[in-house]
Amino acid sequence: MKVPSNQDLVDFVLHETRLIDTHRLDEWLDLFADDGIYWMPLEWGQTDPRLTASLMHEDKLLLKVRVERLKGNRTFSQKPKSRCHHVLQTPQVDKRDEAANRYVTWTPMHYVETRLDQQDLYAAWATHTLAVIDGTLKIKLKRVDIVNCDAAFGNIQLFM
Amino acid sequence: MGKYRGNVEAIKALIRETEVHRDVYVDDEVFALEMEHVFGNTWVYVGHESQVPNHGDYFATTVGLQPVLMVRHSDDTVRVLHNRCPHKGTRITAEGCGNTGKFFRCPYHAWSFKTDGSLLAIPLRQGYEHAGIEQSHAVLGLAPVRHVHNYRGFIFAKLNDVGPGFEEFFGESLTSFDNMVDRSPVGKLEVAGGVLRYMHNCNWKMLVENQTDTCHPMVAHESSAGTAIKVWKQLPEGSKKPMAVEIYGPFMSSYEFFENMGIKVFPNGHGYTGVHHSIHSDYSAIPGYYDKMVAAYGENRAKAILGENRHNTCYFPNLMIKGPIQLIRVFKPLAANKTLVESWTFRLVDAPDMLLERTLVYNRLINAPTSVVGHDDLEMYERAQEGLHVDANQWVNIGRLYEPSEQADMTAVINGTSERQMRNQFHAWSKFMTMSMQQAG
Ligand code: FES
Ligand SMILES: [Fe+2]
Repeated sequence: MKVPSNQDLVDFVLHETRLIDTHRLDEWLDLFADDGIYWMPLEWGQTDPRLTASLMHEDKLLLKVRVERLKGNRTFSQKPKSRCHHVLQTPQVDKRDEAANRYVTWTPMHYVETRLDQQDLYAAWATHTLAVIDGTLKIKLKRVDIVNCDAAFGNIQLFM
Repeated sequence: MGKYRGNVEAIKALIRETEVHRDVYVDDEVFALEMEHVFGNTWVYVGHESQVPNHGDYFATTVGLQPVLMVRHSDDTVRVLHNRCPHKGTRITAEGCGNTGKFFRCPYHAWSFKTDGSLLAIPLRQGYEHAGIEQSHAVLGLAPVRHVHNYRGFIFAKLNDVGPGFEEFFGESLTSFDNMVDRSPVGKLEVAGGVLRYMHNCNWKMLVENQTDTCHPMVAHESSAGTAIKVWKQLPEGSKKPMAVEIYGPFMSSYEFFENMGIKVFPNGHGYTGVHHSIHSDYSAIPGYYDKMVAAYGENRAKAILGENRHNTCYFPNLMIKGPIQLIRVFKPLAANKTLVESWTFRLVDAPDMLLERTLVYNRLINAPTSVVGHDDLEMYERAQEGLHVDANQWVNIGRLYEPSEQADMTAVINGTSERQMRNQFHAWSKFMTMSMQQAG
């Protein structure tokens, strides 16, 4: 693939979510470009990830730590394991810049994370910045804005 | 009446030399008494003056369960007011912080108050002509908290008249604040970056104790810190150690490392880990910072300031500060089994931005509801909150490295894996809990 169609972009986002919900997290990590970032802002409309706190702002190394940790034998907060479930609106293609190899989609979603008898519901918008690298789409930036990003939360252990 | 109200002996019996009764964590009546006594008779952290730089700026928070308002008055001092309209009780401020201008105006019936809380005006005042308002509570306006102290920008309040004065209460422990402030070349801190708020289904004291619990990191955090080290080691040789690994790595230090780092305890329940070195000792230097410090303080003093690597300083009852990384955590009790943890970060005024950046990375990696280290800890607290309901054993052990000669309310330096700071906190707890308790007749 050199230039993705809008349908390719939509399919990518749907597939990405499916990998998370089915715990195929090693494959999910492979969707990120080497310099890809997962960003979950703390502030409403946040623009700066560096001098303003975020809930998550993780490169591939940190994401890998999470994914490996979830498998760990002594990861007590994952005994038993959490599960998660996304409901997405159809992703909308907001930007296509073929010359710059930059494509942006916007996806409103509901996300449920469960563990034992506890079930938490979050509403959020996911903004994916994608690029074609070696013929496949990769995530340069996945930004997740939780609607009540500044509320006090309990544990969020998986990925929105 | 319950088991504990008005029963000083019953409260005192909850705390033994090396163990404490589980009711201090699970009992609703004990919790209510803590809010009245422990959080009434001690100096509780309210906020930082940089949150209210201009006249009329306010910040709403709580002391124990009491809603208060920290506000910059027109004489430049920071006041702490009870956040309640004297008319019908309406909370005065709409938001957590903002600027109210020259006065507060209640949104319900427009009574207004100066920023020191005094009553300014009541609409249709003549309607109160025969109502005895001059003798009522209403005339007090937004009642000020009487005991407020500003220590180098940190604002504390004591709600009750009983209890020690500020200096007596904190004493030498204030040196941890000094070190944090002195790390700015101009001796000034500013709240910056935003606050992380993390809800915990456990008692507030479990969090406080954990701050000086040096026997848990290599066990409970093996899953996160241990994994971080493993993943980093898989990187190609010669890769620069990422900031995240610099932060996670030391959690996996040996028992010996923590033993040698030392703990210092102070009277009234304060104390800190990291007397000789700490998990914050080996962070890489930030370009330009050391030179600025030398220019400001001279080489010897700059070295002394930066050579202090205190880890966690606990201020009784519910504040922890990390001087070397300019971060504080407030453990706000909501119920016996519910605590809101607020983690605040500071900018060292006139220091490179990179320091704030590192502080924020630390806060995000360790203290966020999305933090894997946070997940490790909270799992343990929640399991303890559940396990404590076992009736067959009703005591929590805090006896590690106890010495029969140990005296309470003393300054001492001890082995870094001692649980003496926990014993110190519970001694203070018992003291402030019973200080103003009326024995039922
Ligand atoms: S409740 Fe505030 S003016 Fe009436
Ligand atoms: Fe911990």
